[in-house]
Amino acid sequence: MTALPPMLAVEDLHVRFGDVHAVRGVSFQVRAGESFGIVGESGSGKTTVLRAVAGLYEDWSGTVGVDGRALGRGRDRAFRKSVQMVFQDPYGSLHPRHTVDRVLAEPLAIHGLGGAEQRIDDVLEAVGLGRGFRFRYPHQLSGGQRQRVAVARALVLEPRLLLLDEPTSSLDVSVQAEILNLLARLRAERGLTYVLVTHNLAVVAHLCERLVVMNQGRIVEEMDVAQLSARAPREDYTRQLLRASLGYDREAARGMVAFD
Amino acid sequence: MSATKPLLAVEDLRVEFPTRVGLVRAVRGVSFTLGREKLGIVGESGSGKSQTGRAILRLVAPPGRLTAKRLEFDGVDLLAADDRAMRGIRGDRIAMVLQDPKFSLNPVMTVGKQIAEAYRAHAKAGRAGAKERALEMLRAVRMRDPERVYRAYPHELSGGMGQRAMIAMMLATEPDLLIADEPTSALDVTVQMQVLAILDDLVTERGMGLIFISHDLNLVASFCDRVLVMYAGRVVEQLRASELGQAKHPYTRGLLAALPRIDRPVKDLPVLRRDPQWAEEGA
Repeated sequence: MTALPPMLAVEDLHVRFGDVHAVRGVSFQVRAGESFGIVGESGSGKTTVLRAVAGLYEDWSGTVGVDGRALGRGRDRAFRKSVQMVFQDPYGSLHPRHTVDRVLAEPLAIHGLGGAEQRIDDVLEAVGLGRGFRFRYPHQLSGGQRQRVAVARALVLEPRLLLLDEPTSSLDVSVQAEILNLLARLRAERGLTYVLVTHNLAVVAHLCERLVVMNQGRIVEEMDVAQLSARAPREDYTRQLLRASLGYDREAARGMVAFD
Repeated sequence: MSATKPLLAVEDLRVEFPTRVGLVRAVRGVSFTLGREKLGIVGESGSGKSQTGRAILRLVAPPGRLTAKRLEFDGVDLLAADDRAMRGIRGDRIAMVLQDPKFSLNPVMTVGKQIAEAYRAHAKAGRAGAKERALEMLRAVRMRDPERVYRAYPHELSGGMGQRAMIAMMLATEPDLLIADEPTSALDVTVQMQVLAILDDLVTERGMGLIFISHDLNLVASFCDRVLVMYAGRVVEQLRASELGQAKHPYTRGLLAALPRIDRPVKDLPVLRRDPQWAEEGA
């Protein structure tokens, strides 16, 4: 593209939990306005990469830069305003005794942003809930509505980069479609940049332009979504993952191998 | 398979739970028969698919009520069977595998002991015989090191190994019918394929009947022989798995359309529009 710095640049990222070396030298760049997928099976380190970027771990090395600024150990307020995260389980990520209003008002208060009333109404409108939902508690919402609140919480600070950790994995298929449409629309309207972590190749194919495949803490392969849709990955690992994602096949099951 | 009597016949099955806010009708008149085949039951959360699976074993928690015009397994009237007879059937002739091995295995007992114990509850076997059987089953579900798995506690196994251990336990008694409720949903796709291949072989080689309960339409379409689609406690459509693409009911078609596709990405996914009528009609 141009000389614009990437929205997110990760260089030689390592994350350790005691003796476990969970992420082993991961590097990738995400352009501003791009939607980028990180896929892999459980234990591949995909979520750990995302959480390390968000600043949720102490023990990491390498460099992480957001919008041309290298990040230090901690994360400052400006970072938290411009980078927000949406978690997998909307039953776990919302405080059960806080109303939607309180969930959305808290980040605004922390960041000293005025006009909370208007901002909350606007963001609820944007995620397709409307102001009628403001004073409800999570238990009064369906799974899809909860995930809309989680997206609203991330958006209320008007961030530029959203970190999405399996945002539709705990939802029914029909609700997943609604949330995926919502995420696509919000990105187009607001020029957001997404980093999406998922085990579901179809979700990546739908929402992203580019992706990396991870296994055992490393990046196996980087590719365009077109290459994924054309079922033409280069690496054996990705080919097997793709085959297994396309449905059951007795012959293919026989040939499945473990990649270490 | 053949024109002989079905293995399982279910007619007008109903499961209801009285609650503070009134009667919840979880299953509302489900009927189907099963031969020695793979029958898929698909639907979204709350459709009644799990309750249907549990009701076959009469596992309805009080104060829930189970009624049916007919619930017959291999000539046995399950509705008339007393508790003793049901204990003889559960885990012996009809077995069940649930979604998450983390919750269905006993965390403070080694995997091998659990399998052996389950086997001895139904078969006349000694300690040594039960251990032999457990190891044989662990080999049958393709554990690389059955001896190690036998001695392991559940937390020492991965999700896929735990689920294969569960299946090994359920298969030790050679059941005629296996009810598997989302047996692979907690597993990685490659492991899922391997677990399905084991179930597939059991149906083809041993002639076991399998009820496969899942929310995953693509998986059911590629794995099962026949599919029941459930919505709001009813079967709205019943069809051959290979013909799922030609489904007629708007709910089934809506679900299929709402699935993102790897090979054919679209800009906007068609969103399911629910028709209150669907909850009223039967299949």
